[in-house]
Amino acid sequence: MIPLSYYLIVSAILFALGTCGVFLRRNVITILLSIEIMLNAVNLTFVAFGRYAADVNGQIIVFFVMTVAAAEAAVGLALVIALFRHRESLNPDAFTSLKW
Amino acid sequence: MAETIAFYLFSGLAIIASALVIGQRNPMYSVLLLVASFGAMAGLFIQLDAPFVAVALMIVYAGAIMVLFLFVVMLLNAPQEDALPYDHTHPFRHPVMMRFGALLAVLLVVQLTYALLRARDLRVPVAGRSDASVVSSVSELGRVLFQRHVFAFEATSILILVAMVGAVVLARKESGPQ
Amino acid sequence: MDLTLLIELLIIGFTFFMLINASAVLVLAERKIMGFMQQRYGPYLVGPHGALQPLADILKLLFKEELRPKGADKWLFTLAPILSVTAAFAAFSTVPWGAETTFFGLLDQPVKLGVTDVNVGIMVIFAITSMGVYGIVLAGWSSNSKYSLFGGLRAAAQMISYELSYATALAAVIMLAGSLSLREVVDAQSGYWLGFIPKWYIFLQPVGFIIYVIAGVAETNRAPFDFPEAEQELVAGYNTEYSSVRFALFPQAEYINMATMSAVATDLYLGGWHTPLIPDWLGWLGFLGKVGIILFTYIWTRWTLPRYRYDQLMHFGWKFLLPASVINLIVSAAIFLYFNG
Repeated sequence: MIPLSYYLIVSAILFALGTCGVFLRRNVITILLSIEIMLNAVNLTFVAFGRYAADVNGQIIVFFVMTVAAAEAAVGLALVIALFRHRESLNPDAFTSLKW
Repeated sequence: MAETIAFYLFSGLAIIASALVIGQRNPMYSVLLLVASFGAMAGLFIQLDAPFVAVALMIVYAGAIMVLFLFVVMLLNAPQEDALPYDHTHPFRHPVMMRFGALLAVLLVVQLTYALLRARDLRVPVAGRSDASVVSSVSELGRVLFQRHVFAFEATSILILVAMVGAVVLARKESGPQ
Repeated sequence: MDLTLLIELLIIGFTFFMLINASAVLVLAERKIMGFMQQRYGPYLVGPHGALQPLADILKLLFKEELRPKGADKWLFTLAPILSVTAAFAAFSTVPWGAETTFFGLLDQPVKLGVTDVNVGIMVIFAITSMGVYGIVLAGWSSNSKYSLFGGLRAAAQMISYELSYATALAAVIMLAGSLSLREVVDAQSGYWLGFIPKWYIFLQPVGFIIYVIAGVAETNRAPFDFPEAEQELVAGYNTEYSSVRFALFPQAEYINMATMSAVATDLYLGGWHTPLIPDWLGWLGFLGKVGIILFTYIWTRWTLPRYRYDQLMHFGWKFLLPASVINLIVSAAIFLYFNG
């Protein structure tokens, strides 16, 4: 019997890994991947709580999170392609011309 | 016993794969490691008696979204890491803001782990309250999804349509003078 | 060791063994049928009427030199065929191929003939087949050659496009059967109408069956949809740079995918092991016969029809097959609702 807190700890570690990825990596595609890791960690939390409370709504929220993640990944990658066409670079620090 | 081994195996695989995702230089390897991480997550979901969500995760995330990432990585054929000064330095030598952000993330997880290990209410077995039949039945999932959440379902279909149109418009090449 | 456990392990081993044999037999069958359709004998010399030809093929491939292009990515070049063949074998795991049996009273409880049975069986097959795309894409990219890259990208785009019509045709059958588990779909097809017409779903969903078979052919990169590995256009597509064992795994994965698609089509539309005039304990022979008929149809279409051009292929998949399968689903749902209140 695995305690609920173990699942939540795994989810917390995954979320932290995703956050570190967003902060530390300087490649737009890796940043998008780290965002996917974070969303996945949240999915795990929802399903774990849903199982604990014997409520099917946990899985339903996971559905919607997956759908939104798919839409966001598609638009994000389209943006990456459009940006790459301009600057030939995938480093987010190359797109700072609007900074003060 | 087998359940505990499976839990540690899947969660260990998910954590190691995710750590390697953010640590790899080559974005191609990152994408494939993330697919492995999703596979491990699907295993965890199956342990939580959510087989439909596990398989949907594999189909949607690992089968579609990651293939999209793979296509973009292959077509852009980007250099491994760009030639700006940041990238050749070790993460610990990065400017202060980045290190601070990552430090906050690590602090968050340490705090959460401490809190979760101490909370007595959460140390209950996850499968303790009831049996799995309510949660793992696909027909129950469908019934709740299409009866109580039908508006949200239709709204996500419009969201996907908007995202599709947006992605096509954004990634289109500028057409020449007409 | 518990006898039931031992028998279940033997059934798993037997399924694996039959899958490997299926790819060997299909190699021979393809060449013989191709030969007869082209009015010549196929392989003739090795063994009686060429029956041991696959053995000669495998030995030849094993003794070839293992090449790897200098610019190829070291890990991904080897990983790609492994992924392909693993996905191909794993997809067969939730396909049932026989009724429950106690082996004539040897066991106390009946054991199911098939590797396993999950309550989301059809979706597991679908998910693992989507994993097969990675093998082809990685093979194309890691070979560091332009023919391979084009072949790989085209194959991946084609497989993803036809997955949609495949899933929608599947959804109509699931709606009729009321369950996602393939074993229950087959069991919903037992019985007869009017005493002699078997209750197979092909009679209730003829359009769905045709859509499913066409999408299955496109999914496995076969027959008129095999542009990504077209011999005449792209050298050999995504497996141009492969040789010896790594190469041998790709056609093996393709044949096993064919076998899985045929087996799933038999389970969904042709009643699985429920055949008129064949008793339940011999049902798996009927299953084998039906799978054989569908595989023969695969080989037949390959050597009869000319190949689609790539843009015609995508046009067909998105603008014709997908609307057809969606309309099939809507009409089936309407009729189902009308007759079932």
